[in-house]
Amino acid sequence: MFDDLRDLYQEVILDHGRRPRHAHRPEQVDATAKGDNPMCGDRVQVFVRYAPDGSIAETGFDARGCAISIASADLMAETVQGRTPDDARALFAAFREMARTGVCPECGGEKFDEALERLQPLSGVHEYPSRVKCATLPWHALVAALAGEKESTSE
Amino acid sequence: MNVTTPILAPGRLDVARVREDFPILGETVRGKPLVFLDSAASAQKPRVVIDAMRETMETQYANVHRGLHWMSERTTDAYEGTRDAMAALINAPDRHEIVFVRNSTEAINLVAHSFGRGILKPGLAVLISGMEHHSNIIPWMMLREAYGTELRVAPITDAGELDMAGFEALLADGKVGLVAITHMSNVLGTYTPAERIVQIAHAHGAKVLFDGSQAVVHRRVDVQALDCDFYAITGHKLYGPTGIGVLWARRELLERMPPFMGGGEMISSVSYERATWAEVPHKFEAGTPAIIEAIGLKAAIGYVQSIGYEAIAAHEASLTEHAMARLSAIEGVHILGRAQDRGGVVSFVLDRAHAHDVATLLDRQGIAVRAGHHCAEPLMRRFGVESTARASFGVYTTREEIDALGDTLERVREFFA
Ligand SMILES: Cc1ncc(COP(=O)(O)O)c(C=O)c1O
Repeated sequence: MFDDLRDLYQEVILDHGRRPRHAHRPEQVDATAKGDNPMCGDRVQVFVRYAPDGSIAETGFDARGCAISIASADLMAETVQGRTPDDARALFAAFREMARTGVCPECGGEKFDEALERLQPLSGVHEYPSRVKCATLPWHALVAALAGEKESTSE
Repeated sequence: MNVTTPILAPGRLDVARVREDFPILGETVRGKPLVFLDSAASAQKPRVVIDAMRETMETQYANVHRGLHWMSERTTDAYEGTRDAMAALINAPDRHEIVFVRNSTEAINLVAHSFGRGILKPGLAVLISGMEHHSNIIPWMMLREAYGTELRVAPITDAGELDMAGFEALLADGKVGLVAITHMSNVLGTYTPAERIVQIAHAHGAKVLFDGSQAVVHRRVDVQALDCDFYAITGHKLYGPTGIGVLWARRELLERMPPFMGGGEMISSVSYERATWAEVPHKFEAGTPAIIEAIGLKAAIGYVQSIGYEAIAAHEASLTEHAMARLSAIEGVHILGRAQDRGGVVSFVLDRAHAHDVATLLDRQGIAVRAGHHCAEPLMRRFGVESTARASFGVYTTREEIDALGDTLERVREFFA
């Protein structure tokens, strides 16, 4: 019945939506920010711990939301680990393009290939304009945390 | 304009015939027939409404109350006719008590502004309930901010009914000047016991405003029998167009209330030194109104009356009963609210699936439900949820559509199992 929805709800998304690996607060939190989508009530708080060299050592989150926003937060935590804040922001720009349009032809170069492949299952949201924000919400919160802000401004 | 009578026998609604009156119901969504279960957000429009608006623009349109010419007089007659139609619909004793506004949000803001600042004495409180739409919360918070008017909230029970003891207790000190409460919850489907609310409130010296946005769609409203003081209606949920709604209020209150907005239409004479206000209700109707929409609303009222509230109520009661039974039978589905007296709005959550995911999956099958907080965040919190999915019914809703919802939800459950 929902065969065509498998584009949106791929197994990876259902799995990470149901059993997120990073849905916790790290022992040490160097930066944190909240994001919420007042239209639908989704909320997320992202926590970041930095490594001594300033790169992202660990990301965790606390979220109330749909499968897509939880899976997106989880895959985000996975793919930004070890990156510099600048790289994380660049990855978000690429991911956002993918979420909006389904593809990102000029994205990144090699350094993002693997991450974008991980995030690719979320690109199905581009066919559901009202759901794109679900996928980008945790990233907005991350970018706000990296900038030292407490709350993300939504698009 | 002629309204066909979609009635089989008195008290019965022939849903197949009713559906023919709504052009949009012939549409398909994602290749599937539209199953529209979101009427509580806004109802679809019958052809008579569409035609009335089109005919107005094609044959007799001009501004109202202004031109001394044929077109303006014609349009004014049609427009003012809506006042009579609405007065008849809700049994208002006086057509001048019908104030045109954009929607019920504006109706409530009008009361908060004009009655709240102009008549409610400083130091008095406004009492709302725990199941209000933001439209009946925020205006009172703004009044509190501007004027220090206290805001009290009457509790609701786990069944989603007004806690009458709690309600009465909040009136006990005699400080409540206005009770502003929904007549039917847009989330729980609960009808509040309107007559009792009025009796108790009046006994404690408080006026009563009902937010009738939902109630008037589903059951006959008689403002004289209710004995309330204000009643807010929004046209687009009543099968009418957007942009037109009605505030009904007792004339004696309207006479005493200061205007809400200033401009043309609401004055009697103007110099730079002073202005005097037009008669009620024009005093509250500044600026060029929603003329075409008002005329559309009259057609909608005629349409509802042609079916009849008895038939509408019976149809929706049977749909609601069916929906409650069908959805309750699905493992993992939890319905919010179990009020004794309820109408055709059913909110639910599904274990392991978020309301938005549920709505997206239903949408793929052409089924439109609303998902979210339904502009009632405090109520969501009361029930410990962030959001729900909501199915709501109208005159055109069929049992088969509810079965389609039920069957699809079974699959949604498996999908997220
Ligand atoms: C109970 C209730 N009150 C108020 C409103 C506000 O209606 P409107 O947006 O038309 O002003 C709604 C509908 O959204 C409602 O369901």
